[in-house]
Amino acid sequence: MTDNYAIELTDIDKRFGAVHANNNVCLQVKRGNIHGIVGENGAGKSTLMSILYGFYQADAGQIKVLGQAYTFTDSHQAIAAGIGMVHQHFMLVENFTVLENVILGSEGGALLANGMGAARKELTRLGDEYGLKVDLDATIDTLSVGLQQRVEILKALYKGAKILILDEPTGVLTPQETDELFRIFDALKQQGVTIMLITHKLREIMSITDQVSVMRAGQMVAHTDTKDTSREQLAELMVGRKVLLQVNKKPANVRAPLMKVKRLTVKDSQGIERIKDISFELRAGEVLGVAGVSGNGQTQLLEALSGIVKMESGSVEILGFNMDAKNPLAPDKLRQLGLAHVPEDRHRMGLITDFSASESALLGYHTDPKINSGIWLSHKKVEANCNSLMSAFDVRPADPRLKSANFSGGNQQKLILAREMERNPDVLLIGQPTRGVDIGAIEFIHQRIIDMRDAGKAVLLVSVELDEIMSVSDRIIVLCDGEITGRIDASDADEQTLGMMMANALDPIDPLQTMDDQQAFLKQAATQERQL
Amino acid sequence: MNRDTRIAWINRLILPLLNIFTAFAVTAVVFWLIDVNPIEAAQVLLYGAFGYEEGIGYTIYYTTNFIFTGLAVAIAFHAGLFNIGGEGQAYVGGLGAGLAILMLDPSLGAWVFIPASIIGALLFGGLWALIPAYLQAYRGSHIVITTIMFNFLAASLMVYLMVHVLRETGQMTPQSELFPTNAWMPFVHDVAAGFGYSIEASPLNLSVILALVCAVLVWFFLWQTRWGYAIRATGKNGSAAVYSGIKPKRIIIIAMCISGALAGLVSINELVGYQHRLIMDFHLGYGFGGIAVALMGRKHPVGIIMAALLFGILYQGGAELAFEMSGVSRDIVVVMQGLVILFCGALEYMYRPWLIRRLAPVKPQAAWAAEVSA
Repeated sequence: MTDNYAIELTDIDKRFGAVHANNNVCLQVKRGNIHGIVGENGAGKSTLMSILYGFYQADAGQIKVLGQAYTFTDSHQAIAAGIGMVHQHFMLVENFTVLENVILGSEGGALLANGMGAARKELTRLGDEYGLKVDLDATIDTLSVGLQQRVEILKALYKGAKILILDEPTGVLTPQETDELFRIFDALKQQGVTIMLITHKLREIMSITDQVSVMRAGQMVAHTDTKDTSREQLAELMVGRKVLLQVNKKPANVRAPLMKVKRLTVKDSQGIERIKDISFELRAGEVLGVAGVSGNGQTQLLEALSGIVKMESGSVEILGFNMDAKNPLAPDKLRQLGLAHVPEDRHRMGLITDFSASESALLGYHTDPKINSGIWLSHKKVEANCNSLMSAFDVRPADPRLKSANFSGGNQQKLILAREMERNPDVLLIGQPTRGVDIGAIEFIHQRIIDMRDAGKAVLLVSVELDEIMSVSDRIIVLCDGEITGRIDASDADEQTLGMMMANALDPIDPLQTMDDQQAFLKQAATQERQL
Repeated sequence: MNRDTRIAWINRLILPLLNIFTAFAVTAVVFWLIDVNPIEAAQVLLYGAFGYEEGIGYTIYYTTNFIFTGLAVAIAFHAGLFNIGGEGQAYVGGLGAGLAILMLDPSLGAWVFIPASIIGALLFGGLWALIPAYLQAYRGSHIVITTIMFNFLAASLMVYLMVHVLRETGQMTPQSELFPTNAWMPFVHDVAAGFGYSIEASPLNLSVILALVCAVLVWFFLWQTRWGYAIRATGKNGSAAVYSGIKPKRIIIIAMCISGALAGLVSINELVGYQHRLIMDFHLGYGFGGIAVALMGRKHPVGIIMAALLFGILYQGGAELAFEMSGVSRDIVVVMQGLVILFCGALEYMYRPWLIRRLAPVKPQAAWAAEVSA
């Protein structure tokens, strides 16, 4: 009977000091199945997978892989036992070829030639067998993200993996690439490979997995066949209470434009054009979603609009003020005018992880006369400010002196949102508001964004999560390679159309096209979709 | 005690103490190898530093220099800059102090001379740091390279000025004429005598008060003002600082000028307080020592004062050691100081991973636990 299971974890227990990261966790993964594991951040998924992959040792419990008991003390042993891991961030050498990357660490002797030949044969066989076609001589940096991921999977299979663990594999993929990945999963499954999928995207769990296990607060709270459950039920199991997956919102009451972007071009530090001649308007009372696969110019767009990087050409009219390449406005000036910006990467930009929460809650506002008396920056007022932000956005723990790094992702994000929203800005730029944020907090954050919109503010929402874009925005523009490759009303948008736009598979549109032309464009998109 | 507090204590107290202990242990081995009894040496050193009034005076006098340079290095560190030009800035600061005094009318009172010399030292030290700062901010030249080059420039400039311009007429020694007595920073033993206390004479002068005032001002500036906030934000996370509207170029200039100015104050203690004339090489060792002091003092004024005291002890006790014990030459004292700098500076974090594993084990989901329990 045991042999039916690829992986059997029994009573896995792991404590980190006072924290019970894994509490008597049991998990059985059937051979040749696709098994999903869901849970909020900090539920213990990563700890469990790290134990399985040999990074950590469990305090108690047994691990059986393919019917055989193991105690892994490092990941080499896990690999030898047939476990392969594809990390969220790829571990590839960019300027090596696919072949060189795959044999890295198993070169097979001092001279590369022999090992390379054997590897090439083996990889061709694997490619044919599993439908994993990649040009073995292409260098990694010429490959798309989807193909790079394929190389990671090949690498694991080449090392003899019978069980693949994938951590958030679809985070960086377009919907079409995701479909392609799922086709590969099917092929792998046909060949008897077991797949463990760790994700927070419930839609994917529902569409691809055979079984799903839910973790909450260090415990396994449910194992079920996927066909017997639903997204709503999974979400409830993850959070421990009912969750609204759909955002409640009234129709938008759109008013005059507060920000007009005209023919904006932005270069990155290497001098490459990352935003190419784009134009759009952002109006009071609406949420404008910016969709696109990560790395298609979203970062540069936000940084240019918030004054962090200089624009190359074009102009932005914001709240009646003009800025262009010759007359830039600095971030602090824009903030005074009434622009707030929640940056995409909270660790790199949104807060200072070494600072206390109260000091991070001051970022961008440290010159505010309300907090300064003369030359003195009043700590009392700084802490009072942080306390009021924390209570307004339910940041936990509500301790202004705690180091920013020690808050969970969701609470860090809430602190940043509180800082930017509570000053009542007229224009709000938000990048990836819910990246790495747990479901309970997502619901809260979305509601706050909608509240801003209903209060007549203009919100620009940049996100790589299509669900988020579709449920929160009123209008959507799609960025692909720095150009706007689609404009659509959120009510007309679906994943398929947005996916096509994100891959720029629809006809290109005139960059100067304004929203008035959007109806015509939509008709065109709809016809094309029908043809497809 | 939560993990944060534990780590803070490891960083602030346990780690520096362990580093010093290691340095002393290795020094003991070196002494033992050259047939010097380490325990006896330690006794002589401590007696030299604390055993008699003059010794204590010298210890605090040296400490004063290290407080200035330690604060100077620390303030640059907080902005994410590594100022290793403290030597040159102290040297040129001395030029500023000296010129201010020599150019004023000798009949003026101390209340003019002392502030003027302090302003001169601040100004020249700050300006000597401004050039590397400008080059870093607007031209991209690395501050470590430029500041160290400026140490050499300062040395050459001072040799030229001392030999050709400022040398006392009719003298062969490259030193300026004596400052008017009104311009001298009062000696502590003189001040004490004025209050009726009798202390052995030593070079210790009121500059030590200036150093302590600077320590308080640096603390206030860094942690209690918006400019200090901007400096620390830039040092901790440059992107976040830019995001918030802080201009890093401006921060580089401000932090480096303050840093150079503080280093320049070494000359107040050395020249205005003790030598009473502009001399060559009065600054040697203090700029570099300041790096070790700043690191060991965790970039915090209180820590810097304590670390500076340790270096003061090593300077004075070491001198006593070289003088008293036949087997110990001046070079061995330098070795000892070098070992302290090695273990407290370069190998600063050697024990840290081990200590943290031992005393504050990782809890990656601590925040989650806090949330659950909240």
